[in-house]
Amino acid sequence: MSQASKTKIRVRDLNLYYGDNHALHGINMDIQENKITALIGPSGCGKSTFLRCLNRMNDLINNVTITGSAVIDDKNIYDKDVDEVAVRKRIGMVFQQPNPFPKSIYENVAYAPIKHGLVKKGSAACDALVEKSLIQAGLWAEVKDKLGEPGTSLSGGQQQRLCIARTIAVQPDVILMDEPTSALDPISTEKIEALMLELKKEYTIIIVTHNMQQAGRVADMTAFFHMGDLIEYADTETIFINPVEKKTEDYITGRFG
Amino acid sequence: MKTTQHENPFYDPTLNKRHLKAKLFKLFTLSSIVFAISFLVFFLGDMVYKGLPAFQQSYIQIEVQYNEKSLASTRQAIDRKYRRVVSRAWLRDIPKRVKQQPELMNTKQLTWVLLNHQVDQYLKGHYYKVKAKNLKLIQAMQAEGKVEQQFNEIFFTHGDSKIPENSGFKSAIVGSILTLIVMMVVAFPLGVMTAVYLEEFAADNTWTRLIEVNINNLAAIPSILFGLLGLAVFITLFGMPRSSPLVGGLTLALMTLPIIIVSSRAALRSVPDSIRQAGYGLGLTKIQVVQDHVLPLAFPGIMTGSIIGLAHAMGETAPLIIIGMIAFIPDTPTSIFEAATVMPAQLFTWAGMPERAYVERTAAGIMLLISVLITLNAFAIYLRKKFEVKW
Repeated sequence: MSQASKTKIRVRDLNLYYGDNHALHGINMDIQENKITALIGPSGCGKSTFLRCLNRMNDLINNVTITGSAVIDDKNIYDKDVDEVAVRKRIGMVFQQPNPFPKSIYENVAYAPIKHGLVKKGSAACDALVEKSLIQAGLWAEVKDKLGEPGTSLSGGQQQRLCIARTIAVQPDVILMDEPTSALDPISTEKIEALMLELKKEYTIIIVTHNMQQAGRVADMTAFFHMGDLIEYADTETIFINPVEKKTEDYITGRFG
Repeated sequence: MKTTQHENPFYDPTLNKRHLKAKLFKLFTLSSIVFAISFLVFFLGDMVYKGLPAFQQSYIQIEVQYNEKSLASTRQAIDRKYRRVVSRAWLRDIPKRVKQQPELMNTKQLTWVLLNHQVDQYLKGHYYKVKAKNLKLIQAMQAEGKVEQQFNEIFFTHGDSKIPENSGFKSAIVGSILTLIVMMVVAFPLGVMTAVYLEEFAADNTWTRLIEVNINNLAAIPSILFGLLGLAVFITLFGMPRSSPLVGGLTLALMTLPIIIVSSRAALRSVPDSIRQAGYGLGLTKIQVVQDHVLPLAFPGIMTGSIIGLAHAMGETAPLIIIGMIAFIPDTPTSIFEAATVMPAQLFTWAGMPERAYVERTAAGIMLLISVLITLNAFAIYLRKKFEVKW
């Protein structure tokens, strides 16, 4: 069961409002380092919204108010002196639809590190970073001979791994994944899942998924959201086999959702 | 064999009627496009038919004397009997020609001399007014092969003139180019930046919505009002030179801005949001996302819209009449501060001239204007294809 592992993100009393609509109700959650945490729940339950709170992507939407705190490495990312762009450098995000830039595979990976000043454009270090990121994302063998081709020429599963490589290249601590496999076929999904298990050695991963089997396969911890509330948060095993809450059990067994 | 309800379970008694209706409808749509195309063909055909003769001009081969006397009074340079058939403008330019080629002085040259427009119209088979005596002379010269049609260089190297055979389109072409350069330099950056602000930065509130509605309304304002605005603001208030490409360009920029803004916004909006999300997810700043990812993707659309705006401005006459660009401009402008005219305004002037020779010049000018417009549109399509990003 739960080893005494370090808490990476400490969320306290997080409320989110879309205008007058209270979308997240006082979420409290400790997310552990180097673990995969799955967020499950029916559509509209607030799990994606919660995920986007963790790298302040919700700041991009008008009319959103957020209260409470999300402390990452002893710093609340909602403090006034924290820049949301800097937060997103440390906390990368992979989206539901693979969204590579309409540029070459190489540029897709190298673009953000160059802009962040991690490597110089055209340097050997840059090449090395691209290679390392693509190897980590398990894509190197498939694309090493065609780095100049557009990222959009790859298959859906490859594109998603390219997006993961792109995220890793910025050298974040945490990777947020918003239903990363829902647009992919089973074989690509399997590859991404294997990749996630590999990546958790170095990164803290939080994944939103609609697919409960997926949560069961990859997640160490699982959180069940319903109607903007965090209903239950525990080891994946506990959630699936022995949930405390009635609602969790109903959802897991397919009685609603 | 007649199909009946019993043999065919799909029998439909209204079938024939329906087919007939469908056929008629198709015929209607087809005939409307045929109608439209025939109009276009008629228009273009008419222009080409009327305009083509303007690219040829009649010359006569006669002796010209270059000496002190003929320089003082250029009529003396040629034999008295030709004075009523050759162009006054050609004679007027004799001293200029001698200045360019001093070796001509005190010689007698057999030269191709420009005929006046009435004789030219006679030779082209149009309506003419030439005295019988002169007509006989021309016919006699023609029989000797001393009258011929040559390529009309004057049309491309001269500005406007009150002597039809001496008038050309050059100052209007240069005026148009200068005006459009001013217009693009002002309207393109302003329009694109406005669109970027409204689409990427502005919060969605009452103010931005008010601005949006007003921009859309501006696109529909009669263009002559922009001319009045230009007159009031640029000329009266700021004291900029009247009739100049500077004022013309600024006025057209005002008129084209809404077109560029609206089309640029549409282009920016068509960039999928996932690209912006991807950028922000990587910790890029708004400026980096807009500059490196959104604008390149929107660029083909922005260019297309801007070139359509440019073509629109190019054919615009009304606001330029108001600010005085309809003036008689014989000399080609060399800067944006000099008085100039533009192609459509020049056409407007020529179309109102009584001489028959201006008719073919008007038509030829229209041909030039249309070919420039077609070139611009082709360029827009080329740009769109070239910068289009494959998904």
